[in-house]
Amino acid sequence: MSIRIYVPKDAAVRSIGADLVALAIEAESARRGLSIDIVRNGTRGALWLEPMVEVETNEGRVAYGPVTVADVDSLFDSSFHTGGRHKLSLGLTEDIAWLARQDRVTFARVGVIDPLSLADYQEHGGLVGLRRALTLQQEEIVTEVTQSGLRGRGGAGFPAGIKWRTVMATASDQKFICCNADEGDSGTFADRMLMEGDPFTLLEGMTIAGLAVGATEAVVYIRSEYPAAYATVNQAIKLARAFGWLGENVLGSGRAFNIRTRLGGGSYVCGEETAMLESIEGKRGVVRSKPPLPAIFGLFGKPTVINNVLTLATVPAILADGADAYMARGVGRSVGTQVFQLAGNIARGGIVETAFGVTLGELVNDFGAGTLSGLPLRAVQVGGPLGAYLPVSSLNVSMDYESLLAAGGMLGHGGVVVFDESVDMAQQAKFAMEFCAVESCGKCTPCRLGSTRGAETILKIMNGEDVQGNKKLLLDLCEVMTDGSLCAMGGLTPLPVRSAMLHFNEDFDRRARA
Amino acid sequence: MLFTPWSSQAASAVLDATCEKPGPVLISLQALQNEFGYVPKEAVEMVAKACNVSRADVHGVLTFYHDLRTSPPPKNSVRICVAEACQSVGSRKLVEDAEKVFGTQMEESNDDIELKPVYCLGNCALGPSAMVDGELIGRATANDLHHLVKAKS
Ligand SMILES: Cc1cc2nc3c(=O)[nH]c(=O)nc-3n(C[C@H](O)[C@H](O)[C@H](O)COP(=O)(O)O)c2cc1C
Ligand code: SF4
Ligand code: FES
Ligand code: FES
Repeated sequence: MSIRIYVPKDAAVRSIGADLVALAIEAESARRGLSIDIVRNGTRGALWLEPMVEVETNEGRVAYGPVTVADVDSLFDSSFHTGGRHKLSLGLTEDIAWLARQDRVTFARVGVIDPLSLADYQEHGGLVGLRRALTLQQEEIVTEVTQSGLRGRGGAGFPAGIKWRTVMATASDQKFICCNADEGDSGTFADRMLMEGDPFTLLEGMTIAGLAVGATEAVVYIRSEYPAAYATVNQAIKLARAFGWLGENVLGSGRAFNIRTRLGGGSYVCGEETAMLESIEGKRGVVRSKPPLPAIFGLFGKPTVINNVLTLATVPAILADGADAYMARGVGRSVGTQVFQLAGNIARGGIVETAFGVTLGELVNDFGAGTLSGLPLRAVQVGGPLGAYLPVSSLNVSMDYESLLAAGGMLGHGGVVVFDESVDMAQQAKFAMEFCAVESCGKCTPCRLGSTRGAETILKIMNGEDVQGNKKLLLDLCEVMTDGSLCAMGGLTPLPVRSAMLHFNEDFDRRARA
Repeated sequence: MLFTPWSSQAASAVLDATCEKPGPVLISLQALQNEFGYVPKEAVEMVAKACNVSRADVHGVLTFYHDLRTSPPPKNSVRICVAEACQSVGSRKLVEDAEKVFGTQMEESNDDIELKPVYCLGNCALGPSAMVDGELIGRATANDLHHLVKAKS
C-alpha cells in the first residue's frame, strides 16, 4: 500500500519552500524504492510550524515541522514515512496543543483535505448543508441563518440573515450573490487560505445563499494579489460543474446556480462593497452612495447579496449542524466563532479560529507566544489598516464586536498585527494617512485631500515643527474625515491615527523643539 | 515573462473574447495586459469601440486601477509589501536594502527591473513578503530577491 504524505500547497507555505520540500520527498522516496502518494493540502494554519509535513498512520496523521529540504534525508532515515520519531516530530497533528485548543467550524476542513477532491470533501461532511437546504423553503433557510446569529465577517458585522431576507423579499427577474474576496486588509489572510485550502465550502455557501434568496447567478471577486486562490477557485468551479452541482440542475434538484470569478485590479477600496460592484461592472471602483442598498439595487441594478468569503463559508456548517450549535458559541451578540489571524511581529503566527470572547492577550501571548523579535510588545493593530492601535494595557479586551468597539477599536476582518518596542507610532499614523491618500476612490474631499494633508501634518510633528499646534490641527482633520466621508476608507482612517496619538503620545512629542 | 508584441490585429482577437461579457471594460483591459504585458494608449479607442462606451470611460478605468500599466513592463518585476504587518518585521529596511542591491528606487523602472510597493500579499505571518514575477516570497531578504531575479533572467 502506498504511503500518504501531506505537504501544503498554500501560497504562504510555498513562499517558504514547500514545493522544494515536496520535490525532495518525492525524489528521496523514489531513490529508496518507496511508493508514496503526496497530497498537496491547504495549511492547518500553524504558520510557525510550516512547512509542516504530515504522514498518514494507523493512529492518525503524524506531523513534522518546520521541514526544510536539508531535513528530508534524515526524516527518511528515521522512517518518518511510517510515523517514526525525529527531531522535528510534532506528534499526532490533532494533539498539537496550538491546534487542539481551537474550535474550528469555518476552517474545519482547511489543511485536512485535498482541496480539489470532491470525494475528500464529502467524506469530511461537505455538501451536507446544501443537501439539507435543497429540502427547505427559501424562508426556512433564511430563518436558520438569521437564528444562527451569523454576522458579516468582512468588517461591518451586519447580520447575514437580515441582508438575505431583504434580497429574498425584493422581487426581480434576476438576483445575484457576490462574494467579496478582495481581502485587502494588512494582517489578514483567512479568505485566501480558505479559498486555497477548502474552496468547495465557499461554493457550497454561495449555492445555499442562492437558493435562499432566489438568485441563480454569482460572482466571486478575488484580488489580483491572490493568483493561487483565483486558480484554485476556478478549478473548483469547473469540478463542481462536472459533478452536477453547479449549472442548470443543482444536484438533480431542477434548480440552477452558476458561479464565475472576477479578478480585482489592485485597488484596496474595491473591497468596499459598492466599489466592488462597480468594479465587477467593469468601471472605476468608485463608492456608490447608499441608499439604495445593494440588497435592493446591486450588481447591474439587481438585488444582490454581498458577503465576505468567511461569512459564506460558514453557512454550510450552520445548515448542516443547525443554528443552535453555532449560536451556542461566543458572547453576547457576537455569536459563533471568529477566524483570527495572528500576524506581524509574532512568534507563532497563523490562523486561530475560536469562539468570540477570547481575549487579545490570550491570542497574542498564549497562542502567539509574544513577539518574534523577542523584544517587548508595544502595540497591536486589530482589524486592518482602518483599525485601532491598542497598547499593552488593552490586552484584556474580549475579542468580540461590542467589546472592541467599547475599547475604541474594531474587529474588522479579524486581523491581529503585533509590533515590538522598536515601532515608531508617529510613523504608523503617517502611514495610515498615506495609505488612505493612495487608495481613496476620490469621491469625497476629506478623504482624498484630507489624507494627504494629514500625512504632511504628521511629518511636521515628526520634524518637531509646532508640535502642539499641528497635533490640534491633525485632530481637527480627523474629525472632518470622520464626519465628511462617504465610506469607511476616509471615515475610519482617523481610527489608527487617533489611537496612536491617544495611547502613544510620547512618539509624537519626542522631537518637539524645546 | 513572455508577452506577445503589441499589434492591433492581435488586440482585436483578444477583445473579441471579452467584449461580449457583462461589464466588459475592466476585463478587456486586463486581458490585453495579460497578452501584451501592458495596455498601450492606442488600445483605448479600440476598447471603447468594442465595448460600446466612450473613450473617457475607458481612460478612467485604465488610470484607476494600480495593476494596469500603459508602458511595456521590464523583464522582471519585484513587488515589496509595505503594509503594516510587514512593516512590523522590517519591510522598511527590506525596501532600502533592495534599492541598494538592485540599484534602482521604489516606483522606478528601467527595461530590466522595477521595484514596486504592494499593500499586503496575504502572507502577513511570514513577512516581510515580496513577489517576484508573480512568485510569493516569505521572510524575504534583499539578497533572496536578487538571487531569484538573477535565476529568472
Ligand atoms: C475601504 C473598505 C474596504 C473593504 N474591504 C473589504 C474586503 O476586502 N473584504 C470584505 O469582505 N469586506 C470589505 N469591506 C466591507 C464591505 O464593504 C462589506 O461590508 C462586506 O463585504 C459585506 O460582507 P459581510 O457582511 O459578509 O461582511 C471593506 C469596506 C471598506 C470601507
Ligand atoms: S471616503 Fe474615500 S474611499 Fe470612501 S467614498 Fe469617500 S473618497 Fe471614496
Ligand atoms: S460625496 Fe462629495 S465630498 Fe463626499
Ligand atoms: S502585510 Fe505584508 S503580506 Fe500582509
